[in-house]
Amino acid sequence: MSNTNTTDERDLGEAGAQLSTAPREEPASSSVPAMGVIGWARWFWRQLTSMRVALILLFLLSLGAVPGSLIPQNSVDELKVQTFKEAHTTVTPIYEKLQFFDVYSSVWFSAIYILLFVSLIGCIVPRTGQFIGQLRGRPPGAPKKLTRLPAYTTWRTDAEPEQVREAALAVLRKRRFRSHAVDDAVAAEKGYLREAGNLMFHIALIVMLVSFAGGQLFKSEGGKLIVEGDGFANTLTQYDDFKSGSLFDTDDLAPFSFTLDDFKGTYERSGPQRGTPRTYEARVTYSEGADGAPQKRIIRVNDPLVVDGTKVYLNAHGYAPVISVKDGRGKEVYRSAVPLLPIDSNVTSTGAIKVMDGYKGVDGKKTQLGFQAFFVPTFAGSGQGTMFSQFPGADYPVLALNGYHGSLGVDSGLPQNVYQLDTAKMKEFKDANGDKLKQRMRPGETMKLPDGAGSVTFEGVEEWASFQITRQPASGWALTGAVAAVFGLAGSLFIQRRRVWVRAVRGADGVTVVEMAGLGRSESTRLPEELGDLADAVHTVTPTAPPPASEQLSEEPAEGAEK
Amino acid sequence: MNLAAATNENLASISNTLIYSSMAVYMLAFFAHIAEWVFGSRSKVGRTAAALTGAGAAASGVKVVQQGGGTAVLDRPKVVTRSATGTRDVPDGPGAAGGTVKGDLWGRIAVSLTVLAFAVEAGGVVARALSVQRAPWGNMYEFSITFSTVAVGAYLVLLALKKNVRWIGLLLVTTVLLDLGIATTWLYTDSAQLVPALHSYWLWIHVSTAIFCGAVFYLGAVGTLLYLFRDSYENKLANGGNPGAFARSVLERLPAASTLDKFSYRINAAVFPLWTFTIIAGAIWAGDAWGRYWGWDPKEVWSFITWVAYACYLHARATAGWKGRKAAYLALIAFGCWLFNYYGVNIFVTGKHSYADV
Ligand code: HEM
Repeated sequence: MSNTNTTDERDLGEAGAQLSTAPREEPASSSVPAMGVIGWARWFWRQLTSMRVALILLFLLSLGAVPGSLIPQNSVDELKVQTFKEAHTTVTPIYEKLQFFDVYSSVWFSAIYILLFVSLIGCIVPRTGQFIGQLRGRPPGAPKKLTRLPAYTTWRTDAEPEQVREAALAVLRKRRFRSHAVDDAVAAEKGYLREAGNLMFHIALIVMLVSFAGGQLFKSEGGKLIVEGDGFANTLTQYDDFKSGSLFDTDDLAPFSFTLDDFKGTYERSGPQRGTPRTYEARVTYSEGADGAPQKRIIRVNDPLVVDGTKVYLNAHGYAPVISVKDGRGKEVYRSAVPLLPIDSNVTSTGAIKVMDGYKGVDGKKTQLGFQAFFVPTFAGSGQGTMFSQFPGADYPVLALNGYHGSLGVDSGLPQNVYQLDTAKMKEFKDANGDKLKQRMRPGETMKLPDGAGSVTFEGVEEWASFQITRQPASGWALTGAVAAVFGLAGSLFIQRRRVWVRAVRGADGVTVVEMAGLGRSESTRLPEELGDLADAVHTVTPTAPPPASEQLSEEPAEGAEK
Repeated sequence: MNLAAATNENLASISNTLIYSSMAVYMLAFFAHIAEWVFGSRSKVGRTAAALTGAGAAASGVKVVQQGGGTAVLDRPKVVTRSATGTRDVPDGPGAAGGTVKGDLWGRIAVSLTVLAFAVEAGGVVARALSVQRAPWGNMYEFSITFSTVAVGAYLVLLALKKNVRWIGLLLVTTVLLDLGIATTWLYTDSAQLVPALHSYWLWIHVSTAIFCGAVFYLGAVGTLLYLFRDSYENKLANGGNPGAFARSVLERLPAASTLDKFSYRINAAVFPLWTFTIIAGAIWAGDAWGRYWGWDPKEVWSFITWVAYACYLHARATAGWKGRKAAYLALIAFGCWLFNYYGVNIFVTGKHSYADV
């Protein structure tokens, strides 16, 4: 607090000057510009870098963050945004205009923080200069009336004034006060670390912001779904989806590869929390570089694999039934573990099986097959009907299929969702009654296609895990900034910057009068305590003189104490 | 059910019994505090009014104490303190007991009961932790019981350090009862294991500091609230107003506005770096668990808002024209943000953090 400005200036003079580098608040009226463009620019700059505006911008920043937490955000969950838009048709256009679905990258939110950071830089630079000046300079001399200061003490001693000042210098220097003698007094100051901490904190904020921004430009992030037994090599083509910052270069991808050996999930077996996941473990074998030695490792939810600055996170899992398809002549034309997408917390899953080529129909013509698949890892039991899983573990897996033949439409050039079947150019397989052909299967069971068109076998179940592979450069810098910010803050908030003056002058009666006073940036109970300790130390060297007969408790310091 | 599970269920029910018992003891402490305030109201101290109306005399004279007499030569020189200009020089009130013997007795009984209730409640939290064999911070129920335990613990530590904080007692005990009441009726969750995302030593670091910050911020907020009341009371007196008998009786026994203001500033300033650390620790954990350090998840957003709001408060205190009441409002807003982050976000908003079972 720059409370020193409010203390009686006439008495204190320069005593409190530069006890902080906080910008001086000027009354708003006095700073309205009178000149042209330059005047306005200067006025604008002064406003922007004032504490008042920093405060307002900070407040706006927190206010501006609110809508983003209440309205679904594209950056978090696009699906939710879509649902919200469908449910709230009246407000949606307004929200879209206001960029409420992208608050944190919106023009107005960016404007707030950019202004704040410009203000911050505009504030830091002069403050740093000023602080260096203060470090070079020396604490100002004693104010005229030490009695006016927040902590004050005095006594009379037989020691010479010079002796007292020397003793005071020694005591203060021993306690690491920067001190020097000016005129009839000693001036001392301590706690510069407070200002240093405060500057460090604000600079650390800039470092953090710059590293976040830099990280965004150079980062890359992609997803990959892997079925047990399969592998991944870190090249662009292997990703299922991939996003990168605008300055990212494919050469930045760290060369490494890994294979998913086994995925294991365990779940609460009993009680009200039955089915809640307990552990997820992906056992992998990975090798660094183009041909590094294979190493084994378990990737857990909180425990990514880190290779060369790239992190591989486990972020989802599901089941992949192994399916084989035979054509009419009994020739296996397809065999694959088909990953299905979970649709609820008990891992009821859906997906599509697409037999693209190799299959010939009964008429001997090439055609394609497609199956819609429903899978439950734990079936409720026969008679209990629904294809909704009862438990996320694969206790009693059941797969339900219905089939189509015709064209999968994969050659149409449009990107296709691998989990969905485009049945526009396909015909349903029908059973003997002319109904849709569908069957529930346990592992090992087979569904016959009608009219000798072949068969589909549910061979078994594998699990899949999906991984997020991210490279976030500059996160080390961000972390350094964050740590510096905490330490800077601690320094700034726990260290008190304070000044102490010791004046020793010969009184009219020839006895030396010692006065000591302390001033801090904010009122603190520690200040008087410390002054007491210092006074005690000086006092032991220059003890109190026996009082003259007339001495009394007086309202003002002994005569002659004031210069 | 195997044997280990049986012991755990036992521990869980022991924990519940302890929590309910602590509520009973807190209730007794609450009545003892009420008795303290009631007996204290019979004192006729009226110091504040005297100090304020007798103005000039008390405030302006700076007493310079000089050492005199041969015997006192080795005493340390006495330090005289003086408030900065612009602040009222009002002495602290005598506390809830108002200097009465009976009131003081009840106050001591209340504090002793609070110590007992704290011990019982802490036992409940520990039993809960043992029953689930992990840190007891997996859901809102556990969070709530830990929260009030820490708040009371912090208060007792301040008391033990001989800080002038007994005035907080009644409000604190009331809130603790409220918090525990909500926890046991609406938020109760059977003890259970954690989902994999919570398995991390960052849970210990991030959540323990988050709870601690909240509990201590709470003490600061109480100080701020009382500061606002006391400050308007002092203003009224200084302007020759006449506060109602009840307001006078209660407010005159509180510490001076400047003391309350300093108290809450110190608390908030001391906790702010820890809160900063909490958010950073959370970001690191999110980086490990979800593959991104910061994703504007509602919980993250509100932690950020809380942080910025407290930064606002600290800035306000350094800005001319914003000290005092305006800064105090900001401090209350900041604590409001913390509360919303704790209750509101878990209940009204869904995000990655909303595993916390309600
Ligand atoms: C990014 C936003 C900012 C945050 C989060 C922030 C945070 C803080 C915090 C927490 C403090 C308290 C430390 C203390 O009281 O010593 C503080 C102090 C301070 N801030 Fe900021 N600040 C920000 C931007 C700014 C800007 C833009 C300015 C300049 C206009 C500024 C100038 C100051 C000054 C001068 C102090 C020290 C006040 C004093 O000496 O007591 N800050 N800041």
